[in-house]
Amino acid sequence: MIILLLYTSIFIAGFFLVRFGVKRLMQTRADFTSLKTVTFGDESAVRPDRWASVISVVTIFLLWGAFTGSKWAPIHAPAPFIGDTELTYTLEAPDGSTDDATITLRVHKFGEDPAAPEVELGTGFAKNDAEIVSAGRTKTVLFDKNDDAKRRDGAKVVAIDGQPITIGQSVSFAEGSVSLTDKGAIQITPSGGMQMEPIWLPPPEKVVSRFMEISTEGYQGFNLWEHLGYSLFRVIVGFLLGAIVGIPLGYAMGLSNWFRGWFDPIVEFMRPVPPLALIPLVIIWAGIGEVGKIILLFLAALWIMAIAARAGVSGVNITKVHAAYSLGASKFQLMRHVIVPNSLPEIFTGARVAMGVCWGTVVAAELVAAEKGAGMMIMVASRFQLTDIVIMGIILIGIIGYGIDILMRIAEKTLVPWKGRS
Amino acid sequence: MSTLSIDKISMRFDLPNGSHVQALKDISLEIKTGELMSVLGPSGCGKTTLLNIVAGFLAPTQGTMTLNNHLITGPDAERGMVFQQGALFEWMSVRENVSFGPRMKGQREAEWRDNVDHLLDIVGLRDFKEKSVFELSGGMQQRVALARCLANDPDVILMDEPLGALDALTREKMQGLVLKLWKETGKTIILITHSVEEALLLGERLLVLAPRPGRIHREYRLPFADMGVGQDLREVKKHPEFGEKREEILSMIWDMEEEIMGNAAEASA
Repeated sequence: MIILLLYTSIFIAGFFLVRFGVKRLMQTRADFTSLKTVTFGDESAVRPDRWASVISVVTIFLLWGAFTGSKWAPIHAPAPFIGDTELTYTLEAPDGSTDDATITLRVHKFGEDPAAPEVELGTGFAKNDAEIVSAGRTKTVLFDKNDDAKRRDGAKVVAIDGQPITIGQSVSFAEGSVSLTDKGAIQITPSGGMQMEPIWLPPPEKVVSRFMEISTEGYQGFNLWEHLGYSLFRVIVGFLLGAIVGIPLGYAMGLSNWFRGWFDPIVEFMRPVPPLALIPLVIIWAGIGEVGKIILLFLAALWIMAIAARAGVSGVNITKVHAAYSLGASKFQLMRHVIVPNSLPEIFTGARVAMGVCWGTVVAAELVAAEKGAGMMIMVASRFQLTDIVIMGIILIGIIGYGIDILMRIAEKTLVPWKGRS
Repeated sequence: MSTLSIDKISMRFDLPNGSHVQALKDISLEIKTGELMSVLGPSGCGKTTLLNIVAGFLAPTQGTMTLNNHLITGPDAERGMVFQQGALFEWMSVRENVSFGPRMKGQREAEWRDNVDHLLDIVGLRDFKEKSVFELSGGMQQRVALARCLANDPDVILMDEPLGALDALTREKMQGLVLKLWKETGKTIILITHSVEEALLLGERLLVLAPRPGRIHREYRLPFADMGVGQDLREVKKHPEFGEKREEILSMIWDMEEEIMGNAAEASA
């Protein structure tokens, strides 16, 4: 909640800062779009503000760093309390007499195992105690184990640090809060701060160092690049097979009544079936090896490419076909010189979608079962609560998916410059 | 002597709702080599259907057509077509578009290069031959379409409102170009238009079609195309006879349109 509020306020503050601060100082380019007065509602006049993009990315990393106690972040959210603290409880014996004793609490980082501090027992019927607890965790202190007056005899805690307390109530002390359980034991919770523990969200530097480690030493028997490479290899092979079969199939469906009639029910049925739903069947049929993965990705790409090719054929302006025929083209020449080039833009769009779907599907399939691959890496890491590997894997999967899309867009621009120009 | 003869062509097809449309009825025509014929008529009179039948894209339900004494059964390079727009191949340069016909015949570049360059000169696109067609203006694109059709050396050129999508000024220039090409190449040209002026300027013969069913309403023989070859088209338009004919045909088509509207009103009433 606090993070959302912070994020929103950075969003708004950044807007005003850039709008009325930076942009005022900078000379803006006076191109055509900048002269438009009607911009609200004119989508073509909406261009991404690069300042906003930069601030947006920086904000994410800043919040990530601040709330995980990163060494790289200049500011931090309140950290959990670590160290020794003391609190005093007042014990009331059955006869009504009271005595104070001190509990010394050593709060340590999660995963460490320090020794309990040494304390003297002190005087009176209540004796001093020493306890250890992990940061932010709750510790139940059976304070009366060493006391002369026991709870089972009717002794009870009446105050903590001088603040009166009864069963079920809680009071705060210098470094956290204290409550009494139903049976009268003291429960101490040292302040947890507002930072995430590494097990939920590790700081960025841990993710980076994990990246360095895995890219050199590997994880689960395979180098990081092998994991990613296998995932990419499966996507590319599956996609290529899907395209090799799907594009001719789509052309046939766009050119022949019989093919259209025969494959329409199949394609229309398979299209809405998410490839993920095929994973169990593919595992039953082909196991969890490469063959199964590639069959799955082939199926994921096949229908998309077939539909794209079919749409490409039906998108051919009939006057182009007529023109080609009356210029003496044969059916084969029409195919080669008119239908194929005219459908390329559609096929590229389909290929972009198919590559995206394949990338998502391969990761999902590796999550289910695989010996290597990006998905397998994060799945296994999550079983061992290695959140830094999981986060690193997600980031790399995102970067690669984005990279694939950018490459496809570049290929599209250079190979089909006539897209959208007819 | 190559002659296009159209013998009692009728076109009738069923609609999904069970009724049928008589698009054309008993159209007979004889067009000699080198004739320039324009076809005019109110919308829905079947002009484009007729042209598509002659081009071989549609089969008539009755009647036959012959060109040079052989039967027309489908599209063929002997009948070139110029469309209103969208018929150029965007993935080819201007030169590749114009040389499409010869290349499909399997000619080598050496065989067609001179002719294609010559045609690009005629249509004034010499400097644009390596450009992509989507970089050209609408008028330039239609000039490419004309050159592409001529490069294939067809016996008959069919034009389906080739200048319909152009602005008035470009259109006038293009009308001059069509006349010039007609005179220089001596091709038989059938031109469909919905502009009365264009039909008068670009027609030795002018055919007026009547709708429902599409049929030949009247035929004119006009001197303006020949006049236009020698002089400015605007001068031709000032000719008193040009004005008379224009008014006559306009009111003829106007009456037809009125009749259609009246029938439609009755039908809906």
